[in-house]
Amino acid sequence: MDTFAPKPSRKPPLSAVGPIAWVRANLFNSTTSSLMTLVFFYLLWLYIPPFINWAFLSANWTGLDRTVCEANPAGACWTFINVRLEQILFGLYFGANPDEVWRPIVGFILFFGLLIPLIVEGTPYKKWIALSMLTIFPLVFFALIHGEWIGRPVANTSQWGGFLLTFVLAFVGILLALPLGILLALGRRSEMPVIRTMCVLYIEFWRGTPLITILFMASVMLPLFFPAGVEFDKVVRAMIGITMFQSAYTAEAIRGGLAAIPKGQYEAAAALGLGYWRRTVFIILPQALKISIPGIVNTFIALFKDTSLVSIIGLLDLLNMAQSAARSIEWKGYDIEGYLFTGLIFWMFCYGMSRYSQVIERKLDTNRRDN
Amino acid sequence: MSSNPSESKIQAGEPIIRIQSLNKWYGQFHVLKDIDLEVAKGERIVICGPSGSGKSTLIRCINRLESHQEGSIVVDGIELTEDTKHINDVRREVGMVFQHFNLFPHLTVLENCTLAPIWVRKTSKREAEEIAMRFLERVKIPEQALKYPGQLSGGQQQRVAIARSLCMNPRVMLFDEPTSALDPEMIAEVLDVMVGLADEGMTMLCVTHEMGFARKVADRVIFMDGGEIIEQNVPEEFFNNPRNERTKLFLSQILQH
Repeated sequence: MDTFAPKPSRKPPLSAVGPIAWVRANLFNSTTSSLMTLVFFYLLWLYIPPFINWAFLSANWTGLDRTVCEANPAGACWTFINVRLEQILFGLYFGANPDEVWRPIVGFILFFGLLIPLIVEGTPYKKWIALSMLTIFPLVFFALIHGEWIGRPVANTSQWGGFLLTFVLAFVGILLALPLGILLALGRRSEMPVIRTMCVLYIEFWRGTPLITILFMASVMLPLFFPAGVEFDKVVRAMIGITMFQSAYTAEAIRGGLAAIPKGQYEAAAALGLGYWRRTVFIILPQALKISIPGIVNTFIALFKDTSLVSIIGLLDLLNMAQSAARSIEWKGYDIEGYLFTGLIFWMFCYGMSRYSQVIERKLDTNRRDN
Repeated sequence: MSSNPSESKIQAGEPIIRIQSLNKWYGQFHVLKDIDLEVAKGERIVICGPSGSGKSTLIRCINRLESHQEGSIVVDGIELTEDTKHINDVRREVGMVFQHFNLFPHLTVLENCTLAPIWVRKTSKREAEEIAMRFLERVKIPEQALKYPGQLSGGQQQRVAIARSLCMNPRVMLFDEPTSALDPEMIAEVLDVMVGLADEGMTMLCVTHEMGFARKVADRVIFMDGGEIIEQNVPEEFFNNPRNERTKLFLSQILQH
């Protein structure tokens, strides 16, 4: 009898792999694409070197006022950012009180000190770090920035601004919107008509209203519902508005994930005798959230950038603070530097969130045969 | 059976499943018509019939994955009603194996097997893992315990699904076309496990078209069509001497090939 002996696998021919093959396949695989490649390289050559020259090679980095920049107008005026850094990052109060700047700095060191071990793979006690990030950290951060509990001069929330305000609004918005969004998404798929209707109404109301309107209403209308004299903090009002708005979007992102879970998963969990909450917590949500990660992170990134809208109620976030600094008499005319710096910070955080979401997606992908 | 604290509520000799004049509708469509069925403890029943005959719906009613509108179903002394507590009590005692395995893809094989014992039976994690490993050995894949379902073949996944059900120490096992989604080469390994289970005296209801399996292990074969039980008999008689024309036609069609 014949026996089956499989042939050994060979490597692909060299013409199919390697850098030359890549360039041929991706940049010059047809006349049109060769032409496009050339045009594109020409445009890069036209614009990139002058930009690098302006932003780095000829740029002004040092000095204390605009005379340095006026002497060398061919370069970017990073002196402006340098001098006004505390104001742009931490707001007017800390910009004006250099002795207190350590407070937000310590706060952010604490934040990154907790964040980095959370992101890095294989850190021990991750659960505890995450828990302290969600519970102790916000309190300590508030104590540091506000100052009263630690016996320092008080910086009221109305004096918070710059990146500090952006961070606080986004952090609270994300932290509260995620659990609220999960409950709303579950509620929208509930078999109980009352709960389902309430969740649908909530989601559709907040999702159908522009954030700028919500912030405006929170600032103008909310005080009308409370007795005269009850002073409602402006930042808290913005937080509530943002959280309501954000939770509706997060809920819809999660609902997409819930809808993608096959019916068989619900049935298998039910057949084992698991009740609704155990089915949801152990079987359905872990899978649904995994699928929803891109959508959820998408809404978080949008939220992070949308915090700039709080300017409508007179709060100055990172963007608005940079703008107002660039409009001061001392630094009038250096808007571009302000916008670029702001854009870079926004981009760093948004790109960081995006990359991290991809890492989690890959880590949670249990369908690969190689893990 | 230390992992099973509750004692059976039924008397000796009483049927473990009693279905009386069961009727079910999907909207206007009458799927199950006046079904009467009693299953004795340790009995092995194979249910067959053309697609759409209501056979899957019938066994899904037994653990209330489907609700019924008329008649009564009593499983292990507990009547199935809207009462969620009763439903979960029944589900705890009734294992189910699905056509598409329905393993939890985000959990390892071992976690798939220990989740319900830990959270429903309140078994300790260590004991649940010991039990799980014992059943994974029984279905001959202990070495896959730490892998994810997506890394296993269809036959292996279905054997894990059987082990997962057995970890709950059920009194009844329901099989809903357990081999229909498998490649031909993998059907045997799943059927072997099921035969082994039958030999140990497990009460089993299998919806399947594996007639060889039916001949080998069934105490009774039930033929369904149009939502009714058309004929039921011991396998010998059922296959060699079907009484109903519809049964004859069905058997001639599936046994021809």
